[in-house]
Amino acid sequence: MSQSASHYFVPQPSHWPIFGSIALLLMANGTVLWMNQIPSGKWMLAGGFFVLLTMLFGWFANVIRESEEGAYGKNVDISFRWAMGWFIFSEIMFFAAFFGALFYIRVLSVPDLAEGLSGEFLYPDFTSAWPSAGPGFKEEFSKMGAWGLPAINTALLLASGVTLTWAHHALIKNNRLHLNIGLALTILLGFIFLLLQVEEYAHAYTDYNLKLTTGGYGSTFFLLTGFHGFHVTLGAVMLCVILARTLKGHFTPEHHFGFEGVAWYWHFVDVVWLLLFVLVYWL
Amino acid sequence: MAHDHAIGHDDHEHHAPPSGIMRWITTTNHKDIGSMYLWFSFIMFLVGGAMALVIRAELFQPGLQVVSPDFFNQMITLHALIMVFGAIMPAFVGFSNWMIPLQIGASDMAFARMNNWSFWILPVASGLLVLSMFVPGGAAGTGWTLYPPLSIQMGMGMDLAIFGIHLLGMSSIMGAINIITTILNMRAPGMTLMKMPMFCWTWLITAFLLIASMPVLAGAVTMLLTDRHFGTTFFNAAGGGDPVLFQHIFWFFGHPEVYIIALPAFGVISQVIPAFSRKPLFGYASMVYAIAAIAVISFFVWAHHMYITGIPLTGQLYFMYATMVIAIPTGVKVFNWVATMWKGSLSFETPMLFSLGFLFLFTLGGFSGLVLSITAVDILLQETYYVIAHFHYVMVAGAVFSAYAGAYYWLPKWTGYMYDEFLGKVHFWLTLIFFNMTFFVQHFLGLAGMPRRVPDYALQFTEFNMISTIGAFGLGISQLLFLYIVLKARKGGVKATTQVWDGAEGLEWTVPSPAPYHTFETPPVFEGGKH
Repeated sequence: MSQSASHYFVPQPSHWPIFGSIALLLMANGTVLWMNQIPSGKWMLAGGFFVLLTMLFGWFANVIRESEEGAYGKNVDISFRWAMGWFIFSEIMFFAAFFGALFYIRVLSVPDLAEGLSGEFLYPDFTSAWPSAGPGFKEEFSKMGAWGLPAINTALLLASGVTLTWAHHALIKNNRLHLNIGLALTILLGFIFLLLQVEEYAHAYTDYNLKLTTGGYGSTFFLLTGFHGFHVTLGAVMLCVILARTLKGHFTPEHHFGFEGVAWYWHFVDVVWLLLFVLVYWL
Repeated sequence: MAHDHAIGHDDHEHHAPPSGIMRWITTTNHKDIGSMYLWFSFIMFLVGGAMALVIRAELFQPGLQVVSPDFFNQMITLHALIMVFGAIMPAFVGFSNWMIPLQIGASDMAFARMNNWSFWILPVASGLLVLSMFVPGGAAGTGWTLYPPLSIQMGMGMDLAIFGIHLLGMSSIMGAINIITTILNMRAPGMTLMKMPMFCWTWLITAFLLIASMPVLAGAVTMLLTDRHFGTTFFNAAGGGDPVLFQHIFWFFGHPEVYIIALPAFGVISQVIPAFSRKPLFGYASMVYAIAAIAVISFFVWAHHMYITGIPLTGQLYFMYATMVIAIPTGVKVFNWVATMWKGSLSFETPMLFSLGFLFLFTLGGFSGLVLSITAVDILLQETYYVIAHFHYVMVAGAVFSAYAGAYYWLPKWTGYMYDEFLGKVHFWLTLIFFNMTFFVQHFLGLAGMPRRVPDYALQFTEFNMISTIGAFGLGISQLLFLYIVLKARKGGVKATTQVWDGAEGLEWTVPSPAPYHTFETPPVFEGGKH
C-alpha cells in the first residue's frame, strides 16, 4: 500500500445514506404515533427498523469489502481512529447528561424539597434520604443493592475486557485460534451480563417494587442502567460481526481497525458500568 | 498488487456522477453536499422568516388580530428551532463542506458517504418539525427551550419536536466528526495547524463544541420524552425531580450552541476582512487562542440564562463574572479585526460591507449581552424584548451577516461568475437598515418592560412595535433579492478569475473558478503561512 501516503480513498456515490434517512423518518414518526396510542405506529416503527437494518447491512458490507480489497490506506485508518474516538466522546457526553441528572436529584432537588419553605409548608412529612422517590410517592420500595447481581455483573464485564485484550494480542501475534476463542468468550460474557441484567430488572419490578415510575430513584436507575444495557447490546452485536469476520479470515496483524474500534467501544461501556456500579448501586 | 484494479474502479476513475435527482441523493462529493446544505439552509431561512413575519404581523397592533395565541406560541417555537437548526447551522456546515477541503488541500471530506447522510437527515428532521404544525394539538408551543412543565403537557407535536431534535443532533454530530477528522488528518503537507486558514480553526473548535454539547441536548429531550410517556419524574417535584434540572441540562447545551453558531461566523469574517484590507490577519495566534478560550469558557456559564430560577446568590455571582470573562477573548477578536484593517488598503465590495456590518452590530449585540450578564439588571430584563433584541443582534447581525459575507466572498468560486456588485450592495444596505429598524427599537421595548412570547401588549408599546414590524417585512422581502442575485450569478455574467479577489489568500484561490468537480486529488504542497 505504498500509494496510501498521498492518496485518500473517496467512495463512489452511494444510495445507502438515503435508506438511512428514510429509516429514521419511519422510525421517528412510528414511535410518535405509537406513543400517542395510534396503533399503526408500531408497524411504521418496525418497517423503519427493517429499512435501517438493511441499510446497516448494505453499508457495512460496502465498507468491509473496500477494506478487504485494500482500499483503505494508512490515512483512512487514521481517520477512522479519530472518528471513533470522537464518537465515543459524544457517547460519554450523552451519559454525562444522565449522571448529571442523578447528581442533581440526589444532591440538590431531593434535599431542597425537604428543607426550607417547601419542607415546612408543602411536604412536612417528607425527609431527605437516598434512595428517594420524592414526596409524592407513597408506596414502599427498596434499593437495588450493589453486592448481589451488580457485583457479579461487574466481574463479568471486567473479565470480558481481559478476554478481549487477550484476543487483541492474539490477533497481533497472528494466533487466530486464540483470537477466535477470546472473542467468543467476550461475547459470551457480554450476553451473560445482559441476561443477569434482565434478571435484575425482573427482581426490581416483582420483589423490590422498584419501577421506572418510582420517582427520581426509579427514573435515574432505569434510564442509566437501561441506556448502558442498550450500549452493551450494541457492543455485543458489533463483537459478533467482528467474530464472524475473524472466522472468515479478515484482519491482519497490521490492519485491523474494525476490531480495535469495537474493542474501544467495549471498553467504553465497561468504564461506564464501573461508574454505574459506584454511583448508582453502591453509594 | 492484485487489488489495484479494484481500487482504481471504486475510487479514482471519474465516471460522470449519476444524472438528475439521483446525483444529489447519492452524491459523495463535498461540493455537491455543500451546495445542498447551502440551498437547504436558505429555504429554511425563508420558512423560518415567514414564521417570524406571522409573529410580527400579530404584534403590529395591540390586541389579537391575525392568529390565535396558541398558534402564535407555535410560531415562536418553530421560528427559533428552524432558524437555529435548519438555517444558520446548516449554512455554516455548507460553507465548511465546500471550503474546508479546498482550504486545506484535501480531495474531499474524510467520510464522504457519511457526509451525504449528515445532510439527508436534515430534511427529515426539519420535516418532522414542520409536520408537527398539522397534528392534533399543533406544534410545540413552549418556545425553543422546551421548558417543562409546559412541555410535559403538550400534545404529540411535542413528540415530533423531540424526535426532530434527536435527528438534528445526529446529523450535527456526524457532520462534526467528519469535519474534525478532515481537519486533523487531511491537511496538505506543510500546512501545520498554526498555518491553517482561520475558518478551518473556527470549525475545528466548533466541531468539538458540537460533539460535546449535542449529546447533552439529546439526553435532556430524552428525559422529557420519558417524563411525558413513561412516568419518570426527572422534572417533577412530586417524584423528587425538578423542572429547573431541565433548564440546567438544556443550557449546558444551549450556551455552547451560541458559540457553535458564532465561531464559524468569526471564521468567515477572519477570511474576508484580511482579503479586502490586503493585509494578513492581525494576531493570528491570539485569534486561535481566543477561539479556544471562548469554547472552553462557554461550558461554564450556562446558568446566566437562569438568574431568576432561584439559584443561590453565590451561584449568581459566579455565573455573572464567568460570563463577563467571555468578553475578553471576544474583545481580542474584535480588536484584531480592527487592527487588520488599520492602514490596510481597504475596498468595500459586498463581502466586506457585510463584514463591517457584522463588526459594528455584533459588537453591539455583545455589549447588550454584557448588560444582561449583570445579575441585578438581568432580573429586570429577563423575558423582555431586550433579550430578543440582544440575541437577534448576535444571531442575525452576527451569524446571518457573516453567512452573507461568506456567500458573496466565495460565490464566484462556486459559480464561476461574479455576482452583480451593485445589487449586492443594495442587498447589504437594505438588510442593514431594515435589520436595525426591526431590532434596535426592541431594546427600548424591553427596557420599558414589554414581555416576550406574548401576542398582545399594552398600548404604550404600539409605535415601536409598528416600526419593528415594518422593518421585519422589509428585511424579509430584501432577502429575496439575494436569491435573485445568486440565480443571476449562476446563469452567467462576468467570468470570475482563479484569484477572484486580489487580496484573497489561501489554497481555495489556486483552483479554477468554478472549482472543478474534483480538486486536490494529489495534495498540493503548501508553502504559505504569512502568519
